[in-house]
Amino acid sequence: MRNVGLIFRREFGAYFATPLAYIFIVIFLVMAGTMTFFVGGFLARDQADLQPFFGFHPWLYLFLVPALSMRLWAEDRRLGTIELLLTLPITMLEAVLGKFLAAWAFTGVALALTFPLWISVNYLGNPDNGVIVASYLGSYLMAGAYMAIGSLISAMTKNQVIAFVVTAAVCFIFTVAGSPILLNYFDNWAPGALVQTIASFGFMTHFEAIQRGVIDLRDLIFFGSAIVIALTANAYVIDWKKAE
Amino acid sequence: MPIGTEFAKNMSALLSIRKLTKRFGSITAVDGLEFEVGRGEVLGFLGPNGAGKSTTMKMISGFLAPTAGTAIVAGHDVRQAPQAVKAAIGYLPEGAPAYPDMTPLSFLCFVARIRGIAENDVAAAVERVIAQTRLADVVLQPIETLSKGFKRRVGLAQALVHDPEVLILDEPTDGLDPNQKYEVRGLIQSMAAEKCIIVSTHILEEVDAVCTRAMIIARGRVLADGTPADLKARSGAASLDDYFREVTGYA
Repeated sequence: MRNVGLIFRREFGAYFATPLAYIFIVIFLVMAGTMTFFVGGFLARDQADLQPFFGFHPWLYLFLVPALSMRLWAEDRRLGTIELLLTLPITMLEAVLGKFLAAWAFTGVALALTFPLWISVNYLGNPDNGVIVASYLGSYLMAGAYMAIGSLISAMTKNQVIAFVVTAAVCFIFTVAGSPILLNYFDNWAPGALVQTIASFGFMTHFEAIQRGVIDLRDLIFFGSAIVIALTANAYVIDWKKAE
Repeated sequence: MPIGTEFAKNMSALLSIRKLTKRFGSITAVDGLEFEVGRGEVLGFLGPNGAGKSTTMKMISGFLAPTAGTAIVAGHDVRQAPQAVKAAIGYLPEGAPAYPDMTPLSFLCFVARIRGIAENDVAAAVERVIAQTRLADVVLQPIETLSKGFKRRVGLAQALVHDPEVLILDEPTDGLDPNQKYEVRGLIQSMAAEKCIIVSTHILEEVDAVCTRAMIIARGRVLADGTPADLKARSGAASLDDYFREVTGYA
């Protein structure tokens, strides 16, 4: 686990070595605020909750998480540092986990910096803070699932732009899997069981449940297993692609 | 050969390559290589581009899994105990990759820690390799701003930080100016006695200068193996250059 910590520190530091970290955080905060107030009608709703804020998180993550995940492995493969990293006495699991946790923790920093909204809503009214805590946890877990998918896709290419675009597309499919956008397409011809299965992969469906303050173990397991599966595949893809 | 000599030979061999083979699809990059390198030996790995030099080094260092055969490094089989092999080796990959956003100091500390050097000894180990590779003037500049020569030396420093018994250096002097080449050769020579070193190179004079043994490979096979003087004598050619062209088919 010491090695995971060391890789974590190096990767986390790498975000701050370039302006990327600051640009990401500023854009995340500006977008989150804009969505909440202007699109979500935070004030006009006249309700002391953060639903308009959390409701847009899947859409924010959709293109901000790929911006963080795209470099995770693609950059190492392009620079050749992957050869250096994987000939150090560490296991593949430690390398994958260290990188993933660094990127996920970075998302956590951005998410934590939205705390003024939480303070504001408490100042303006009496929100259910339990629901808000649950929503933050759910949002963070969902960000982890997006990040794991991004890490997996980043390992498939040396090109960060390709990694970004493909990750955004794949994450979009997972985001809308449970919504009418995708389900209407299958509804007409696919058997009910298949439609149900597709719907159960929707990130939005699972996140909405948590957002209502209902922490259902199934939703947590869903995001948890999405992370585990994506990272396992990630390790195999690196092994398979590293010779190129 | 009497059993006793065979045993003694195995004991002294820090690196033993056994029928090492790598195929990429239908292409055989390394074709059943077999050789041993002992402590105190500096083996020069020669061959045209695409001969399989880098692929062989990647397999010994545990980066690529062999298709068949194996490498035994300091008593550990790279297929069964890759971590132990990685720990015993100092490896400079082709092109000396390093994280461009880090400074040599932070990069070397990172590698030293991952190499399992105790926290109290990290500073001393890093200082030692910085002195050995003459990096002191640039240790606080981001690696991406360094010249090719300095980058190469950062790569070399990274391979030496844990004072490994086995050194695998893929083109350690590529891109260096004559003075830097001279220095790196001096560094390799100074370590030669207590280590087992494999150096790949295109520069044949380098083999004359630092290697106790030279091996010419092409299409994944060993074409010639002996001391540099041996190889020259064998062909009757005046220089290693001529012999290289002769055995690799360009004479």
